Amino acid sequence: MEGVVNVAPEAKNRLTFDLAAQPLRELNRFLHHDLAGTGVTHVDVINPDGTHNIAVGVDAPVRIDVDGHAGYYCAGMNKLAQVNVNGNVGPGVAEGMVSGTVHVKGFASVSAGAAAHGGLLVIEKDASLRCGISMKGIDIVVGGSVGDFSAFMAQAGRLVICGDAGDALGDSLYEAVIYVRGKVASFGADAHEEPMSDADFAAVEELLARARIKHDPKQFRRVASKRELYHWNADADQEY
Amino acid sequence: MNTTIEAKHRIQREESAGYDHKIIDYIHRASATGLYEIRGLGAKRKVPHFDDLVFLGASMSRYPLEGYREKCVTRTVLGTRYAKKPVELAIPITIAGMSFGSLSANVKEALGRAASDTGTSTTTGDGGMTPEERQSSKTLVYQCLPSRYGFNPDDVRKADAIEMVIGQGAKPGGGGMLLGQKINPRVASMRVLPEGVDQRSACRHPDWTGPDDLAIKIKELREITDWEIPIYVKIGATRTFHDVKLAVHSGADVIVLDGMQGGTAATQSVFIEHVGIPTLGALRQAVDALEDLNMKDEVQLIVSGGIRTGADVAKALAMGADAVSIGQGMLVALGCNSDTYIQNGAHHSAAEGYEKIGTAAGFCHHCHTGLCPVGVTTQDRELEQRLDPEVGARRARNYLRTLNMELTTIARACGKQNVHHLEREDLVALSVEAAAMARVPLAGTDWTPGANGDL
Ligand code: SF4
Repeated sequence: MEGVVNVAPEAKNRLTFDLAAQPLRELNRFLHHDLAGTGVTHVDVINPDGTHNIAVGVDAPVRIDVDGHAGYYCAGMNKLAQVNVNGNVGPGVAEGMVSGTVHVKGFASVSAGAAAHGGLLVIEKDASLRCGISMKGIDIVVGGSVGDFSAFMAQAGRLVICGDAGDALGDSLYEAVIYVRGKVASFGADAHEEPMSDADFAAVEELLARARIKHDPKQFRRVASKRELYHWNADADQEY
Repeated sequence: MNTTIEAKHRIQREESAGYDHKIIDYIHRASATGLYEIRGLGAKRKVPHFDDLVFLGASMSRYPLEGYREKCVTRTVLGTRYAKKPVELAIPITIAGMSFGSLSANVKEALGRAASDTGTSTTTGDGGMTPEERQSSKTLVYQCLPSRYGFNPDDVRKADAIEMVIGQGAKPGGGGMLLGQKINPRVASMRVLPEGVDQRSACRHPDWTGPDDLAIKIKELREITDWEIPIYVKIGATRTFHDVKLAVHSGADVIVLDGMQGGTAATQSVFIEHVGIPTLGALRQAVDALEDLNMKDEVQLIVSGGIRTGADVAKALAMGADAVSIGQGMLVALGCNSDTYIQNGAHHSAAEGYEKIGTAAGFCHHCHTGLCPVGVTTQDRELEQRLDPEVGARRARNYLRTLNMELTTIARACGKQNVHHLEREDLVALSVEAAAMARVPLAGTDWTPGANGDL
């Protein structure tokens, strides 16, 4: 079978790809085509060294552990897979994700979880600008702080920020909801703070538990859309 | 004395060039509403275009081909640079990306069927891929737009090509727009938006900025699709020479160039008329860029924006395009701006429908209202019935066939056995502007403005 190497005899269902020795194409081809039928349920990716597009377009309930830093679009358009990154990730981690889990031990660059439809993205440290931009149903939990323009045009899903948020948080929000624990530098157009309901506290509690991050849900505030930009309005000058 | 009175009368009514009726209406409307005008379709102003070019048919120095007896190949292959499975078309005329949401599902289906019957491709739009259009289209190009509405990995895997949309000729630098009346439950759920919102799409992609990022993004799409299908990059015509070079550097298989005459479902009219350059000048710049990079046959070029006739197709190909793409023309083929719509085999007057939205057949640009009187750009249950997919498919097919026959007529007249052999040397211009933009000689002269340092 092409692309399959280093099968550790003691773990038939576990397979290692060494990106220092094997091209990325081999890893992704294996994940897309050869995985089914091999019985492999756990893939280790070693020496990622900032490689872009690691484990993109996976559509299988496989566990993928990336041991080190990943470049752009790690786990992009993921379905079903559980991807763990033991390091930092570049722009667009889990962009377009539909389901599954992506868990980043370190920091995330810009556009984490961009335009993603579902699944859970956890970033233990900080996420940079535009975290959750255009999110369409994904849940994102950030253990640290997020940069400016996070949740820009976010349509659906939940973004939990355990630290602070930068400027223009939730600009042009649709129905996505943000829970923030720290300071918000400023809100974007049409975003505002709303009272937390019991359902909100329960949601934060559940998301933190799934992210394995410990905080008191009572410390979070809810940010959602004022819905004032939903319709054309001659007086809303230039906000369109 | 009568003449003096008449002269006085005329002087009293002298129209100002700067403040003509159009501008006065514009200011009155602006001052009454405090909001810019939004409309559909493309630029209405007159710009140098393919109409300003003519072909030099074969004569003494070249042989023409016989109209019916001699073969003229129209086969077109797109995406030969990296894709394992390039897009193979029977004709070089494709259907441009138009969104489900702006168009009804019936229209998407009709276009898909017509494209499949004529051996060409159709394209999704800002709103995702509908099962109807996937099923009806043999070759379907899936657009990746800044909004990413309905852009998901399952449909990526179903696509025959992916078109990364940077911009659109009608509004380079602007995002999509869909007014609330068109966000019905199905459109809303495909886009994950609340029903009935006035939706503004993003104008920049959420996960990349600039050509270096784009190169990585394109690789991501290639990895996801296992390097099988072509990746197109669509740009609105502005700084075309540089943009085409950057798109090639980013790894595009195919460049889709959309000139300012290209249509839109809804945008500020100031955008439509005042941003972007005409298709003619942009096309020449794009071809220059590909030739400069020595990429002319490796990266294919599709041009759109004001392609209406077989002559337009032939001229675009002669200028150096590999294929064209048609949006507005397809809508007109389906009945846009027609006096009537066809239902149950009979023509019915659409006059009342046009009146309702304050216009008339021949002048309509009201796609943004969602109240298309002929059922083309609507999500209204009743109005969309006015376009029967069967009838629509037939009309769209006829239109594509006519264009293709006209194209081969011209190619044969120029002595070409293959429409892709049409060349710039076959063209001359009727106006100085067109000669300068296309850089072909003014007809009957050997003067090409701007050539050889001539100014
Ligand atoms: S007839 Fe329909 S498709 Fe044509 S311009 Fe009017 S609204 Fe748009």
